[in-house]
Amino acid sequence: MLYSEKVMDHFRNPRNVGVIENADGVGEVGNPVCGDIMKIYLKIENNIISDVKFETFGCGSAIASSSMATEMVKGKSLDEALAVTNKAVTEALDGLPAHKLHCSVLAEEAIRAALKDYYDKNGIAYDPALFPAESCAHEHEHTGDE
Amino acid sequence: MSDAAIAATLRGMQSCYGNPSSLYEIGQIAKEELERARAQIAACLGAQPREITFTSGGSEADNQAILSAAALGAKRGKKHIVSTAFEHHAVLHTLKKLEKQGYEITLLDVHENGIVLPEEVAAAIREDTCLVSVMYANNEIGTIQPIREIGQICRERGVLFHTDAVQAVGHIPVDVVEDHIDLLSLSAHKFHGPKGIGVLYARKGVLLTSLIEGGAQERGKRAGTENLPAILGMAAALKESCDKMSAVAARLLPLRERLIAGLSAIPYSELNGDRERRLPSNVNFCFEGIEGESLLLLLDDRGVSASSGSACTSGSLDPSHVLLAIGRPHEVAHGSLRLSIGEDITEEEVDKIVRAVREVVEYLRGMSPFWRDLTEGKRKHLFAE
Repeated sequence: MLYSEKVMDHFRNPRNVGVIENADGVGEVGNPVCGDIMKIYLKIENNIISDVKFETFGCGSAIASSSMATEMVKGKSLDEALAVTNKAVTEALDGLPAHKLHCSVLAEEAIRAALKDYYDKNGIAYDPALFPAESCAHEHEHTGDE
Repeated sequence: MSDAAIAATLRGMQSCYGNPSSLYEIGQIAKEELERARAQIAACLGAQPREITFTSGGSEADNQAILSAAALGAKRGKKHIVSTAFEHHAVLHTLKKLEKQGYEITLLDVHENGIVLPEEVAAAIREDTCLVSVMYANNEIGTIQPIREIGQICRERGVLFHTDAVQAVGHIPVDVVEDHIDLLSLSAHKFHGPKGIGVLYARKGVLLTSLIEGGAQERGKRAGTENLPAILGMAAALKESCDKMSAVAARLLPLRERLIAGLSAIPYSELNGDRERRLPSNVNFCFEGIEGESLLLLLDDRGVSASSGSACTSGSLDPSHVLLAIGRPHEVAHGSLRLSIGEDITEEEVDKIVRAVREVVEYLRGMSPFWRDLTEGKRKHLFAE
């Protein structure tokens, strides 16, 4: 089996799928050419993520990573959410195949992008080092003749 | 595997365990079985028995065919090869290797319908062309190529013609003489035979380069003790497939059409490859706004086994080179679905597949931000509704 039971569970029964209207922070990473896009919506009250939803276009591990990442940040403070790494998402899913690790990277980046959006919208100062540009997980040439 | 193939394979293990290269009696019995299988396979292709060389499968046959033609060409100072952009990687990677060794490779366009134009083959042939290699039917989108016309052109121009017929043999009529084929590759597991066994047909007079050196098996063109059980299984499977080919095709064509019609009714979907000129069992679609691997996994949960040209199913970063070759953009090629219908499929099963695909596509689109952008007009649809 390609995926762990945890991955298949989150893929088959993804948690927190959907949209939050008038979300306090929205983050979108990836692109259709690469075959995956993740979009995270955050509702933030008193520095706590009171609600989170996601939409994902992508493979089984992309959907499972999004689902797991939303579970891991829900009810957490913004600092705690920022501390959620792709490694933690992968571990929580009982591992991902090597060529699917970038899905967990996207999940981490989507959460960060949504938090950054929240800070930007509300004029909250932050350390730019917390939000590096999107990782190079998808920087590859589409030559079409691998 | 078919029952006939299993029975023949078992016979190869139980009743003729001798080594065909040995002189003792059971060796000679094995040798007779081997040659009977060779003759049976040759008959299915319209070939002579001595034109049949057993290989480990389609990939080895493709490698050997191309490298042999390249070696023959080099002797006469001809180092140009014409092929197509959507060949199997066993062909494309071999050509890439030759390119590094100084050969020039021309890969022809396969157009939106996935079919090579014979006149474009004719136009690509040069004075220094030593080989044309065009697959008989594509392995992903099932499109059947105008092999006879291409073979005719090559014969007239004095250029060797190879066809990777792995998807075609046993499913549609193939005749090496009428089709003017010089080299042909086939693989047994594509017609319900064993895995790891195949054939390279080389027309009499086309000298093969051996890839595996050693003993004198296969007239010195492929060393190594013959895999007799697999060869017997392959011969039995091919005979059975060829015997019932026209009956199976007649039964499958309306069912394939029903499946295509059903899937076409899903909004923003398109069939990949020509609707008529395709293998009786092949259906291949792209759906906008979703990714293929998640589609396959959810279809599997509903009892539908399929495959996809999505990058995520292959472990590589790029989607199928076949879908890119017919002009599908990356974002659509990621959302492809290939269904190979079995010969005993029923109308009810076809309808069940259509319902399952429709449900899963709708479900995945419902959670896809890419689909949301398409429906909200933030991105442009590539397909008509």
